[in-house]
Amino acid sequence: MYVSDTYAYASSRERWRRLKDNAFEIVALLATLVGIVFLLVLLVDVVRDGWPRLTWQFLTSFPSRRPQQAGILSALVGTLWVVPLAGIIASVIGVMAGVYLEEFAPQNRLTRFIEINIANLAGVPSVIYGLLGLQLFVRYMRPITGGRTVLSGALTLALLVLPIIIIATREALRSVPPSLRLAGMALGATRWEVTRDHVLPMALPGILTGIILSVARAIGETAPLITIGALTYVAFLPPFGLEGLRSPFTVLPIQIFNWISRPQKAFHINAAAGIVILLTVLLLLNGLAIYLRNRLQKRWRA
Amino acid sequence: MITKTRWVPDMFEERQRQSSPDVVYQIRGLNVWYGAQQVLRDITLDIPRNRITAIIGPSGCGKSTFLRTLNRMNDLIPGARVEGEVLLDGQNIYAPEVDPVLLRRRVGMVFQKPNPFPKSIYENVAWAARIHGYRGNMDELVEWALRQAALWDEVKDKLDQPGIALSGGQQQRLCIARALAVKPEVLLMDEPASALDPIATLRIEDLMRDLAREYTIVVVTHNMQQAARVSDLTVFMLAGEDRVGTIIEYGPTQEIFTNPRDKRTEDYITGRFG
Repeated sequence: MYVSDTYAYASSRERWRRLKDNAFEIVALLATLVGIVFLLVLLVDVVRDGWPRLTWQFLTSFPSRRPQQAGILSALVGTLWVVPLAGIIASVIGVMAGVYLEEFAPQNRLTRFIEINIANLAGVPSVIYGLLGLQLFVRYMRPITGGRTVLSGALTLALLVLPIIIIATREALRSVPPSLRLAGMALGATRWEVTRDHVLPMALPGILTGIILSVARAIGETAPLITIGALTYVAFLPPFGLEGLRSPFTVLPIQIFNWISRPQKAFHINAAAGIVILLTVLLLLNGLAIYLRNRLQKRWRA
Repeated sequence: MITKTRWVPDMFEERQRQSSPDVVYQIRGLNVWYGAQQVLRDITLDIPRNRITAIIGPSGCGKSTFLRTLNRMNDLIPGARVEGEVLLDGQNIYAPEVDPVLLRRRVGMVFQKPNPFPKSIYENVAWAARIHGYRGNMDELVEWALRQAALWDEVKDKLDQPGIALSGGQQQRLCIARALAVKPEVLLMDEPASALDPIATLRIEDLMRDLAREYTIVVVTHNMQQAARVSDLTVFMLAGEDRVGTIIEYGPTQEIFTNPRDKRTEDYITGRFG
């Protein structure tokens, strides 16, 4: 009697537990789908709107007053100049700063102060970086940057994504087991030798993830580049080579923004086509970085 | 009286003249703190050359801390502070002119958990020699170190494979080979077999006996049978109520295990606590 009572109680209780388990799974699944559904809706919508303009002519033409002749070439090339350049500058500085903070910095007040401020910088609105870039790179450093140029834009975006890269680098370094550092130090290696040959290679996949995130952020940024005065109508390409750095430029989001703000419906189609191009570039850059990361991860896996 | 000379790692004969040839380490009045907490008090000890010295004692008695004072690995712990003298071949390794990086080249270390680099077996052994500017034949050095560590026959056909693909016992012998490749005088071992199965443990112990012909070995162990089997001398350490570790008794292993002078040593080795 006692046994069967216990069992009956347990069985209804078990059913209720199972039910809650399933319910939670469904809620969590719905939460996941929210993001994906909206992304798909966006994609379908812009591809449908932009489809008529997704032609070779669109890719290879400069902007124009006539929507049918307008193209994305200068914005696409501008983005391909500014974003990778910003990514390279921010990666070099950000990884070194992350390595310093994680591997070399003494645990004192100054270090903690710097850490807190880097976390704060990651939350500063991008327009503020634009204002900083305008004063610092466009005005003060005009002899070097040449004013409202590719270099000024890249430096501004580099500052913007620097905190993301520093934080990702530190996270990646923190996930490297301390025993690896001890092993190197115990062999009479210096901290730099251990970092260079063992810690950084192991942290590289994580660091690359941070760089991917920062490039994805930089590629869509419009506000800081408008603030530093990137052009909206550019009918030429930066010359290939170093002098390209000192060339005026525009980027994809600025061109898209420009087209959307026009009254004519035909320009809105151009904008949709531009968004498709922007997302494609983003996917390609991310895909490249993810491919590199996976290759690195496989290397010394047992 | 010890003359202060700038320490160059290859001044081997000079160092020999400065100190007794039979003693590698002379430790005099060593105290260690982590922040405000003292962890070692008044350690005074001689460690003889080409012998295995085992350090035993319960958890938290400071034996690993003591081991790390011998190659200044404690320097890497924030807040660690050392007082007293540790003479290695007559030279105080805590003297301001001593570079801990060069010191660690002369004093190899093997850790509790095998920690090979995430690189090939070959690179694991060759790396440290390369950063120290080894100019000879690297293939020969790698083979020599792997033979010394009794691992060569098992890995000679797969030197390009990752070190972490080996079994735990093989990984630990790889770590020993890696330490030997920079030709240290002393090998510090921090519970080198505690993460291994009994057969791999015996292999490590055999290897230690072989290595003791050429190297001075200091081994920390939880395992009293291991200390009894492998060591020539045994140091018994214990921490009091204040959690400060100190040496209770020190002597030939045979004597410590058969005829301990201190009651606490006897209690520990007979398994009454610890």
